[in-house]
Amino acid sequence: MSGVYEVFRQERKGQAFAHAGSVAAPNAAFAEAYAREQYGRRGESVALWVVPRDAVMQIEEFVDELQRNYHRVDGYPLKEKLKEARERAGTTASADS
Amino acid sequence: MTEQEFLEYVQSGGQVETDDWMPDDYRAKLIKFIEMHGNSELMGVLPEREWILRAPTLQRKLALTAKVQDEVGHAQLIYRVVEDLGKPREACLEDLVSGNSKFHNVFHYPTKTWGDVGVIAWLVDAAAIISQKALLKCSYAPYARIMKKICWEESFHILHGRDVILTMMNGTDEQRELVQEAVNRWWGPLMQFHGNPIAKEDDPMFVWRIKSQGNEEARQQFLDGYVPQIWELGLTVPDPKLEKNGEGVWEYTEPDWAELKHVVTGHGPRTAERLELRRGTRRETEWVRRAVLAEAA
Repeated sequence: MSGVYEVFRQERKGQAFAHAGSVAAPNAAFAEAYAREQYGRRGESVALWVVPRDAVMQIEEFVDELQRNYHRVDGYPLKEKLKEARERAGTTASADS
Repeated sequence: MTEQEFLEYVQSGGQVETDDWMPDDYRAKLIKFIEMHGNSELMGVLPEREWILRAPTLQRKLALTAKVQDEVGHAQLIYRVVEDLGKPREACLEDLVSGNSKFHNVFHYPTKTWGDVGVIAWLVDAAAIISQKALLKCSYAPYARIMKKICWEESFHILHGRDVILTMMNGTDEQRELVQEAVNRWWGPLMQFHGNPIAKEDDPMFVWRIKSQGNEEARQQFLDGYVPQIWELGLTVPDPKLEKNGEGVWEYTEPDWAELKHVVTGHGPRTAERLELRRGTRRETEWVRRAVLAEAA
């Protein structure tokens, strides 16, 4: 397929593939040759993912209509409650936050 | 997003991707800057290419060839980024060979001796890597990402350059003389390399955070890093005014800005010859491009 191919490279085994750049190629065989040449020839990568740009589905807006903070750490601000609990127990002086 | 909001976004460290909205002026400045970088990589191989056949040893010949291959590879990566911003590579190459776009001043000069090859690989690359490292923080993320790979390869180039220089400095008087003469020849262009000392707040490339440092900042960093390295080898710098003052700032003779302008606008001692070589290779390789494009059809 003619067009732009995105190149993702893995630096060492076990690491995440990270986006490195892109190559423009008339077909997949050329894309492979260009990607090898431009992103792998000095041993800087152990593996490449070469993906037609059109095949990448990009998702961007993450709307949180229901303010569902109960499944995140920012849903649990404990400072005030802890302060009150310590005051109730009479341990405020010895506690440090 | 308004242009003002975009400006605040990039100035607070925000980064932009290809498909994001961007002001027309930002896009135009990006294309101009990145295209000039691509041109410089491509033209930058020519002064060294001239020495591949004359390199003193097989090892040097191989290293020089590898370096040329790297730089052309950088040009390919960089033109790809320009292409995504809206200017096709063919148009970039056409503008380059017809003299409509620029490339760095240092690539307009001749490489007289093997000493020049060493000084280019050591000091010209050092000056370039200072600019390029500052681009790792470029507000245009696809450019910043390829810069990671480019900087990684440049570090081999600098070592190769230092190795050439050290070998010559440990050699004969004649070899040492070749190095000193080359430093003398290249000092002027090197001091011009990072551009006039425009305040970074007035530099549109900094305002849009395409560059992350000012011209003078880059030059100071170059002097700080490399003048001591030049001196420790017993070499001299052809500028009697050059010294680090009490505040840790390098003082120097005002670089010849008229020469810089004259050279980058296409009037350097080797500009015409090198562009003609590029035109020739474009003609000679046209059948390859046609064959590849036929594959696409």
